[in-house]
Amino acid sequence: MATTTAPTKSSGLPFTIKIEPRLEVPGWLSPAVSLGAIVVALLLGAVVLIAVGGDPVASYLHIAEAAFGDIGVFSDTLVMATPLIFVGLACSLAFRMKLWNIGAEGQFYMGALGASAVVLSGLVGEETPKPLVLGLMLIAGVIGGALWGFIPGWLKAKLNVNEIITTLMLNYIAIALANYFVFGVWSEGGFQMSRTFPKSAWLPRLLDYAKEVPLFRGLTTHFGLVLAVVAAVIVWYILYRSRWGYEIRLIGDNPRAAEYAGINIVRNSVLVLMTSGALAGLAGMSEIAGVVHRLQTSISPGYGFTGIIIAWLAKLNPIAVILVSVLFGGLILAGREIQPSGVPRLIQGIILFMLIASDVLMRYRIRIERR
Amino acid sequence: MTEVQNAANEMQAAVEMRAAVEMRGIVKRFPGVLANDQVDFDLRVGEIHALLGENGAGKSTLMSALAGLYKPEAGSITVFGKAASFNSPRDAIAHGIGMIHQHFTLIPSQTVTENILLGLDEPRFFMRLSDYDKRMAELGERFGLKIAPQTKVWQLSVGEQQRVEILKMLYRGVRVLIMDEPTAVLAPQEIEGLIKTLRAMASEGKSIVFISHKLNEVMHVADRVTVLRQGKVTAAGLPTAETSIPELAKLMVGRSVIFSLDKKPQQPGEVMLELKDVCADNDKGLPALKNISLTVRAGEVIGVAGVAGNGQRELAEVITGLRHCTSGQVLVNGEDVANQSALAAIRKGVSHVPEDRTHVGSAPNLSITDNVIMKSYRQSPLASGWSLNYVAARKKAETLKDEYSILAPSVDTQARLLSGGNLQRAILARELSAKPKLLIAMQPTRGLDVGAIEGVQRLLLAQREAGAAILLSSEELEELFALSDRILVMYEGEIVGDLVEHDLVQIGLMMTGGKKNEERKEKREE
Amino acid sequence: MDPIIILQAGVASGTVLLFATLGEIFSERAGVLNLGVEGMMLMGAMAAFSATVSTGNPWLGLLMAMMLAGVLALLHGIVTIHFQADQVVSGLALTFLGTGLSLVFGEGLSKAGTTAALPKFSIPVLSAIPVAGDIFFNDQSILVYLGYLFVPAAWFFINRTRPGLHLRAVGENPTAADAMGLNVYRLRYAYVIFGGMLCGLAGGTISLAVSPGWFSELTTSGQGWIAVGLVIFAQWDPWRAAFGSYAFGALRRAILDIQGPQVLFGFPNPFFFNPYYGFFMQMLPYAFTIVVLILGSRGALRRRLGAPAALGVPYVRGERGH
Repeated sequence: MATTTAPTKSSGLPFTIKIEPRLEVPGWLSPAVSLGAIVVALLLGAVVLIAVGGDPVASYLHIAEAAFGDIGVFSDTLVMATPLIFVGLACSLAFRMKLWNIGAEGQFYMGALGASAVVLSGLVGEETPKPLVLGLMLIAGVIGGALWGFIPGWLKAKLNVNEIITTLMLNYIAIALANYFVFGVWSEGGFQMSRTFPKSAWLPRLLDYAKEVPLFRGLTTHFGLVLAVVAAVIVWYILYRSRWGYEIRLIGDNPRAAEYAGINIVRNSVLVLMTSGALAGLAGMSEIAGVVHRLQTSISPGYGFTGIIIAWLAKLNPIAVILVSVLFGGLILAGREIQPSGVPRLIQGIILFMLIASDVLMRYRIRIERR
Repeated sequence: MTEVQNAANEMQAAVEMRAAVEMRGIVKRFPGVLANDQVDFDLRVGEIHALLGENGAGKSTLMSALAGLYKPEAGSITVFGKAASFNSPRDAIAHGIGMIHQHFTLIPSQTVTENILLGLDEPRFFMRLSDYDKRMAELGERFGLKIAPQTKVWQLSVGEQQRVEILKMLYRGVRVLIMDEPTAVLAPQEIEGLIKTLRAMASEGKSIVFISHKLNEVMHVADRVTVLRQGKVTAAGLPTAETSIPELAKLMVGRSVIFSLDKKPQQPGEVMLELKDVCADNDKGLPALKNISLTVRAGEVIGVAGVAGNGQRELAEVITGLRHCTSGQVLVNGEDVANQSALAAIRKGVSHVPEDRTHVGSAPNLSITDNVIMKSYRQSPLASGWSLNYVAARKKAETLKDEYSILAPSVDTQARLLSGGNLQRAILARELSAKPKLLIAMQPTRGLDVGAIEGVQRLLLAQREAGAAILLSSEELEELFALSDRILVMYEGEIVGDLVEHDLVQIGLMMTGGKKNEERKEKREE
Repeated sequence: MDPIIILQAGVASGTVLLFATLGEIFSERAGVLNLGVEGMMLMGAMAAFSATVSTGNPWLGLLMAMMLAGVLALLHGIVTIHFQADQVVSGLALTFLGTGLSLVFGEGLSKAGTTAALPKFSIPVLSAIPVAGDIFFNDQSILVYLGYLFVPAAWFFINRTRPGLHLRAVGENPTAADAMGLNVYRLRYAYVIFGGMLCGLAGGTISLAVSPGWFSELTTSGQGWIAVGLVIFAQWDPWRAAFGSYAFGALRRAILDIQGPQVLFGFPNPFFFNPYYGFFMQMLPYAFTIVVLILGSRGALRRRLGAPAALGVPYVRGERGH
């Protein structure tokens, strides 16, 4: 389609400023715009901090130090980042097909629930070999998440029910379900948590090898990170090197063209949301088996929603998701100590806003012409 | 003042009174193209004046300037003797000039009356629609435009919707009505109705500009005609009584014969496509195809003539697996593909160039490469197991880009940035490179400039020579004549004609339902 | 488990959903999808409560709520109408923003205790009507009565007035509306902001009338999202929105009441004996929203009405559809 000239803005100046649609998008523009958005967001966040009596410079420095200062905190950052990578992948995959999966949070819980059920239901015991236990937990986590993705996927595909709301509602349902099990079925001694899992259900951590490698002492980074990176590579492969990925991208861009090309949209809607759910479910399993080692309330401080922002910031690219997740992991980790507690959420919101507002720079450009 | 000067003034006054609109030296540019190049245009009171030209000749642009949509870069406009400069369509309407576009500006979920009232300053706040309903009905009666004011617009036929658009303008008291390709969307009976309405309006003193690229219509409807070619006027205010279709064609195109295509006579081969008594419904659930039977053989082009909306699109969709047929058989190379998926049709070697190249035929934000492999990505060498070989895909795209002369910075360019002609070339590259046994081409040259049209037509003929069976649907009879071995005429979901001779009159009659009406008349007289 | 009490409480808490749903209906009718309802409601709730605590005037509190929520909606408007960004993501961002802002500025607010409340009263003659009188007109907050008036007013405005016609036009076919001289951008801005203000009002209704106080995110616990679902169920019609909102309000109350008594409908109450079953009750409003959505989507398909045609699609001036 040819360009249309938008109205010229005339000022009293010796040149005119024209805003016109951009014909080509230079490669450097996209990351530059994202970076710019984050900088502006941080500035705005600083303004808010000042408004409530905080000290932005100190806070931001503190965040940098508390997240990446030394190997110990960096390890903690990686631990925070692990579930974020999974959830970021989940959202990226779904968003590629314009399926708005807002239910990563609920799928996370279902994955955690499934993984916990393997242990807490007495299916496995102290003596069962670790790989088997972890393998079963992994499968259960995938199934739990996939199921929670299947429901909205099927409803959308067959009945055209808006997936934004269904995935969201399922969040609340999943949390309530998990709470039921925590409080009512597997509660340990009347507390809001289950009993601690046997060691056979613990994902290996770096500190397990402290004897061989003294450097690893006290580092809680666990195998889930490896799983997450592997997942990222798999999702990358799917999107950029496989036929399915091509279909997903085509459907996301123009469903009618995809139909015309013989692609089954119903089947793909369900499959993509199931896979997305499975990835989020893996996040839950990874948290349960790698960090918390029990089922309890509040195993997620809103990972599911952070995943949306990560996906958007990473421009839906799986490898970028890893980097962005580490960044956000550090932010959340260090942000825990910032008062007031709503600041990390606020900054996330501002970042997302800035990102989508800045998208306009990708589609239009400003040309200054001398009169 | 002398007597001569008095007489001169009187004559001028008389002339001015008869002139509704005068446009002088209009210049309008768009990026990359000079749409109107010093164009003059006169419209007299009470006349139907046709503005004739090919796609892209500048007709719509010129009238859009008159209707207040654009401001021309140069030139003057005088309306009823007064100089005019409009800042918006509303402005123009206030001065009595209204334009009805090809794409209607109606709100489908609202009633006729609500649509007519849209944008006006009355009623102040509360709408007592029953009063207005009556007023609208009366207005319709006056001009012979029968419409039920309380119907919701989505329930109306296209012709009835057009009536609403006209009423909108009449209600606002326009004295000059511009209609942009009004018959493009009408069924044949509706065209006659429209012409009657226009004549009634003209006799009441309204002035009408009728934009069209259809020669016979122009001769039939208009009092005078102005011809535009590539932004310039080639004939101004020519009375239709003093000209002829061939002369107008020459003025419109610049050469007496459009262009000559080298269509070699050849013997058709096996039957590639056969439809037996196929029936199908349209999106509204009404029958769109009624007992269609046809055959297309390898190496022949079967043209489908007919006004848009008589079932051609549904026919293509049934063959390519995009629509359900309620009965009948669709045999491609002997196998029944009716009611199977689009994928099945693609696998059988059916290629499809769809009517809507942007909304159906391409993915706007994906690259040319991605668009070009849409049908071939499932087979090697592009596919192996689950993966897709993008290196091979890019290579293929580059080969096709050269072969089909697709003008674009690279194969990574997004499809939405391509011009209409280049996008169509990309789509053809995709569909034809698959060496299809059966090709369904729907309006393949619609909206393209002359050069692109010629290119597309040559490509189609090349496929014919290579032995493909082609079903070609087009609104341009000349194109069908140039390309087809046989021509089927569709009307209201049925095939009402099947001929080899290029009998314009016969075909026109069939397209407008004449033949059927004759048969019905005969039946009634029995 | 007194049905009258359940319905009475239902109308009260349903008023919250009603304002939010109506606000979103106005916005969506104009063609702009605003998913930030939850964020705007939280902002409104926090602002209303905070302002009332500071000034002692609940009306001022409501005003603040509406203004701040309106500002948030304006942000969404700028990004989606002017910058033509994706409306879904912008709405989500707005939710984060509104939630975050309300948490940050509402820090410490939960310790503020109770504040001046809005008047609650009964309407003299009407409250004497058996059953209905008790439910609708007996001892309800003034905001509830406001809600009653708002529903027919909204319906009338949308369907029987000239500006209402323009509202519908802008959401159905902005190209046509533009061609007929309506300022699509201005109208969309107006209705997005108005919708946001109503969501702020909804938030204020929670913190000042229905569940007075500030409880961080638990203040709304997802009602903003339920409202978005209700819009679809309501088929963008104010009357159906009222029905849905009050029904949901009653459901929420019923869920609480069902867990109380020892004996339920003559049988021992399972919820009494195992309080953990209560979690399943908690799921009900959300599960119901899904059911409601399914019904709404199928109804739309059948009746061929459905959403305003241009909903969610940014309008670009000068784009000739070809």
